[in-house]
Amino acid sequence: MKQENTTVLEHRLFHGDYRQLTLAAPAIGPLVKPGQFVHLKIPRLGEAVLRRPFSIFKADDQGISILYKSIGKGTDSMRSLQPGEKVDLLGPLGNGFPPLGAGSTVPVLVAGGYGNAALYLQAKTLPVQGVAFFGGRTAADILCIEEFEALGWDVRVATDDGSLGTRGLVTAALNPWLEEQRSETGDPKSSGLEHLEVFACGPNAMLKAIGDIALENNLTAWLSMDRNMACGVGACLTCVIKRKTGTGWEWARCCKDGPVFEASEILWDEN
Amino acid sequence: MITPDLKIKIGSLEMKNPVTVASGTFGYGPEYADYVDLDRLGAVTVKGICAEPHIGNQTPRTFETASGMLNAIGLPGPGAQGFIDKYLPFFEDYEVPLIVNIWGKTVEDYGRVAEILGDQSRISALEVNVSCPNVKEGGALYGTNLDLFRTVVEEVRSKTAKPIIIKLAPNVAGIKPFAKAAESCGADALAVMNSYPAMAIDIETRRPELANRTGGLSGPAIKPIAVKLVWEAAQAVNIPIIGMGGICGPDDAVEFIIAGATAVAVGTSNFSDPSTAVRVIDGLERWMADHDVALVEELRGTVIA
Repeated sequence: MKQENTTVLEHRLFHGDYRQLTLAAPAIGPLVKPGQFVHLKIPRLGEAVLRRPFSIFKADDQGISILYKSIGKGTDSMRSLQPGEKVDLLGPLGNGFPPLGAGSTVPVLVAGGYGNAALYLQAKTLPVQGVAFFGGRTAADILCIEEFEALGWDVRVATDDGSLGTRGLVTAALNPWLEEQRSETGDPKSSGLEHLEVFACGPNAMLKAIGDIALENNLTAWLSMDRNMACGVGACLTCVIKRKTGTGWEWARCCKDGPVFEASEILWDEN
Repeated sequence: MITPDLKIKIGSLEMKNPVTVASGTFGYGPEYADYVDLDRLGAVTVKGICAEPHIGNQTPRTFETASGMLNAIGLPGPGAQGFIDKYLPFFEDYEVPLIVNIWGKTVEDYGRVAEILGDQSRISALEVNVSCPNVKEGGALYGTNLDLFRTVVEEVRSKTAKPIIIKLAPNVAGIKPFAKAAESCGADALAVMNSYPAMAIDIETRRPELANRTGGLSGPAIKPIAVKLVWEAAQAVNIPIIGMGGICGPDDAVEFIIAGATAVAVGTSNFSDPSTAVRVIDGLERWMADHDVALVEELRGTVIA
């Protein structure tokens, strides 16, 4: 993990309201693993005392890029960033996604909104391509279909308004597909879906729904959890979630112990 | 041009420069070790430890405000023995003095944690948190009630020979009686100030932004309050004061020292820029050189007021 004074290489409208910010970060870029994030100090945001965390979308030896849209003062201010400007970064942070488990043959990606930014490097790194489910409010919120298809993934879409793909939440596309995949194993304890392994990033309600599906079907599901953060490095204990232990639960820090947790680890109560 | 000597003393604790970090903003030590050479600091001050493990508050625990942030973390922690087992060995690889912030739910709790940690040779001093605004038991009460305050300081003093630094609450009618009481009960130094009790509300849900409803305000927003309290406390006591509250750069540190602080602590700014403390050290040295100040002592309390 490093603190690096990076330079804006490119800043462009990506899709709909979403922008892609590409930063020259030769110290941080080569260290990035899929599912990690950076903590970005937004320039010219004088009254803000905290950084803002962003999933790393793409990374190489020269730097990284992120996807974002304006959701508040910080991201509004980011829109004015120009090529050549300096941006202070901490990163890469967090543990990211693990490799495909030994018993898994079909990886499944599930993303809500621009959660798929956090999944792109994982999609690129996994040894086999499976099916990617993208959910969003409208077609304008569904990003990166071409990028994932170019990597060999079968992309399935659901939108709340039906403007693209299945109408409904991402689970409206995922659930029927899961039923198709269910194989007869002869073992009453088996769900017939254990050959699948899920990697997901998106809003909390989506992650909980995916976590519930995983638990019901005895699936391994890796969920990238998003919580408000202050330090990003594990010091302040802001971004904690409840993680199950043998006897109860403990606090786990999304920034340092996560952001990726296996669904069965998470105690959703009050999270 | 002179080469300033930044060394200072807090009781028997010698610091090679007057800059530490504020408890709660720097974890237990390892968290920032990738970003900061800990041995550059005058001391590392770690997050509050009580005798037993503590779970802390529910989430959300922090909220950013104009030029500051609210926090109501609620002092979760591994307890005294947990800290010794889990974090103390990390410091064997460093020479930096270690200050451990301690707190308790009862007066006896304060004594117990002081006794357990006071036995550890790697720990250089204990900072006594009598002013956390975010724990229901004890907490701020010990920092705002003069009789309880004395009881806690006396209890900790009786249980350890290490330097003790009493961290004062800002939300008192006058800080001088507390400063004097700490000094007369045997404190080696004061830390001024803790975060200021405060609140923010989401106007759509009409609910507080923090699960704890209220929290402590920190960051540049509170710096002028802290400077005033350091200035007042410095007039009341002869023991050193560690000034803190919104320090983001060397100029802030100089201001606190002129107000009467012997040392300073960088707090919230660690979150946005982990290199703040090192920047403060380097900048303070430059400022002293530029102003022909050879020793921190020459600058301390030189406000013309």
